[in-house]
Amino acid sequence: MRVALFVTCVNDTLYPRTGQATVTLLRRLGVDVEFPSQQTCCGQMHYNTGYRHQAEPLVRDFAETFADYDAVVAPSGSCAGMVRDIHPRVARRSSGRVDPERVDAVAPKVYELSEFLVDVLGVTDVGAYFPHRVTYHPTCHSLRLLKVGDRPTRLLRAVRGLDLVELPGADECCGFGGTFALKNSAVSAAMCSDKLRHAADTGAEVLCAADNSCLMHLDGALRRQHSGVRTLHLAEILARTEDDPHGTSWSRATRSLA
Amino acid sequence: MSVVSLGMPAFPTTAESATRDAQLRHNLRNATHTIRDKRAHAVAELADWAELRAAGAAIKDRTLRHLDHYLVELEIAVTRAGGQVHWASDAAEANRIVTELVRATGETDVVKVKSMATQEIGLNEALADAGITAYETDLAELIVQLGDDRPSHILVPAIHRNRAEIRDIFRQAMGRWGRPAPEGLTDRPGDLAEAARLHLRERFLTAKVAVSGANFMVAETGTLVVVESEGNGRMCLTLPETLISVVGIEKVVPTWQDLEVYLQLLPRSSTAERMNPYTSTWTGCTEGDGPRQFHLVLLDNGRTATLADEVGRQALRCIRCSACLNVCPVYERAGGHAYGSAYPGPIGAILTPQLRGIASALDASLPYASSLCGACYEVCPVAIDIPEVLVHLRERVVERSRGHLGERAAMRAARWVLQDPDRLRRAQRMAARTRRLHPKRLPGPGAAWTDTRDTPQVPAESFRDWWRRTQEEER
Ligand code: SF4
Repeated sequence: MRVALFVTCVNDTLYPRTGQATVTLLRRLGVDVEFPSQQTCCGQMHYNTGYRHQAEPLVRDFAETFADYDAVVAPSGSCAGMVRDIHPRVARRSSGRVDPERVDAVAPKVYELSEFLVDVLGVTDVGAYFPHRVTYHPTCHSLRLLKVGDRPTRLLRAVRGLDLVELPGADECCGFGGTFALKNSAVSAAMCSDKLRHAADTGAEVLCAADNSCLMHLDGALRRQHSGVRTLHLAEILARTEDDPHGTSWSRATRSLA
Repeated sequence: MSVVSLGMPAFPTTAESATRDAQLRHNLRNATHTIRDKRAHAVAELADWAELRAAGAAIKDRTLRHLDHYLVELEIAVTRAGGQVHWASDAAEANRIVTELVRATGETDVVKVKSMATQEIGLNEALADAGITAYETDLAELIVQLGDDRPSHILVPAIHRNRAEIRDIFRQAMGRWGRPAPEGLTDRPGDLAEAARLHLRERFLTAKVAVSGANFMVAETGTLVVVESEGNGRMCLTLPETLISVVGIEKVVPTWQDLEVYLQLLPRSSTAERMNPYTSTWTGCTEGDGPRQFHLVLLDNGRTATLADEVGRQALRCIRCSACLNVCPVYERAGGHAYGSAYPGPIGAILTPQLRGIASALDASLPYASSLCGACYEVCPVAIDIPEVLVHLRERVVERSRGHLGERAAMRAARWVLQDPDRLRRAQRMAARTRRLHPKRLPGPGAAWTDTRDTPQVPAESFRDWWRRTQEEER
């Protein structure tokens, strides 16, 4: 099985550690994951903001870049949802600029990380270790577009040392919504503060999600508030083991500020 | 579609003031969370909900595809049963028709059954201009009318009010409209309901003309259907001599059998009841029973144009259950008034810009009044993919308005960078090199982010550079 990582442009540019964690995790589970370097972006921002035509070339390129793989893993619910659910619609409405057949051939092979682990690899215990209290925000596109259900929390429950506490109002949107956060910043901030209040109420140290765009928004507000809660992508928890509890082996490899 | 929104500022502005109103936030949160939990419960009781929902969507789609046919069938049936059918292409025409019909009776008072269509066209205001007073008889509509207020929810128009506010409104305004509130009225729900009952009873017994909408119109028999909880509708539909119903053309269903589906979907989705307390049906006029004159005003008001749009037309399936409002995180914080029309919440955000167009700042901002979280689509009993329509309407706004020049340039530039991995790599390296210079607070549109959130720190190395440096060399 040839497996490709679609790291997503947000992770690529701002959260490389999430990509590194995903690679580490998949290799530990015996998957020789590849990174097709032609990949860029799924076009979600363009499409969602009303620039469908600008998204078309990105949709077309995605289908070309990943055509030869059996599975594509994306550590982002919204990007996986964009490809699987929206790309076929964009192709269909493109008046021939994007070939629907090419897109249809790739879209169903795209998996959000937790889907790939649970459904394709058939594992829920990935051998991870993370001795902290964690609460999980399911994020809207994972929940409602991809319907990943309890896969992420099943994975988290199997992590040794991890104390998973339920997030009240978990299925409510965090208020990110791409350009919504800018265009309707007051409502976005109100939604964000409710989400963070719920997270703080759980007493968790870590607010986890499988989408760094939502986490960027939540983390930005947490840091502004000098809150004791920190955010962490699901992959960065699952990649940690008892031998490497801080993920030093994979995160030090980058010249990043950790 | 006219009224209300002229000169109203765009949604972000109207919504912002609502987010600062602690009382409003509290009222809305309580009310929407209670009803949303109840709905989930009521829906979970039916094992075939998914099939019902699919049927609800399919029947409406099919009917809309042959709308011309069913409307003519309806007109013939209503006429045969002794009713009179009028066609109104827009709000002004509908208002004119109703005004003339009321004038012809010689009456200056009408009682009203809660109706979205008459709110959409601003009928009460038009009647007032002609010297005719319209009395709302639905409890929540009464609260709104007495408070000189605007509805903020489809099903619960006074959702933004708590009971202390309602008591004050009753005390202050009931006397001006008819029977005053009882002395020493408390804010106990039972007392408030009793005060409303006494006030309204007088109205029902004297009214000669009633105005209603309808939830459904059955084409095969020409029957109209109103579902309600309070019984005020039943009073209005049976006691007066003249009944005038203003109904959007999308409310037609072909047969009685189709009602089987909607009378299950609607109550569970709206009030979370297995069945609503009152379902009234009437077919034209019946000798010696009920109104002696029945007029049906069929309202277009932008619906035909909406039907012409392949993506947007699904909004016409809406059965006005308001489930989408009750789960919407934006509605919960912005309140219904921010949407500037009779239709607040997610359905308003896709219906108003289609019925009314996107010429005003408010209407052009409505498609953006959503984080696209998809909660509305999930609960919609007729499976309207509201996020899909929102995005589609954003496209329309982008194409037609000039206010988006800066954004359009930014989007094109972003696409140019993102379409080519080498350009993306160069942009990432540039960002990494200058990362210590990135300001914590951004100017211009970026300030909307940094007012409440820090910006993410740009890492020294992108994922793709890390991969190339460490992985490709290994291989
Ligand atoms: S759009 Fe759907 S959920 Fe919203 S009011 Fe209409 S039928 Fe109900």
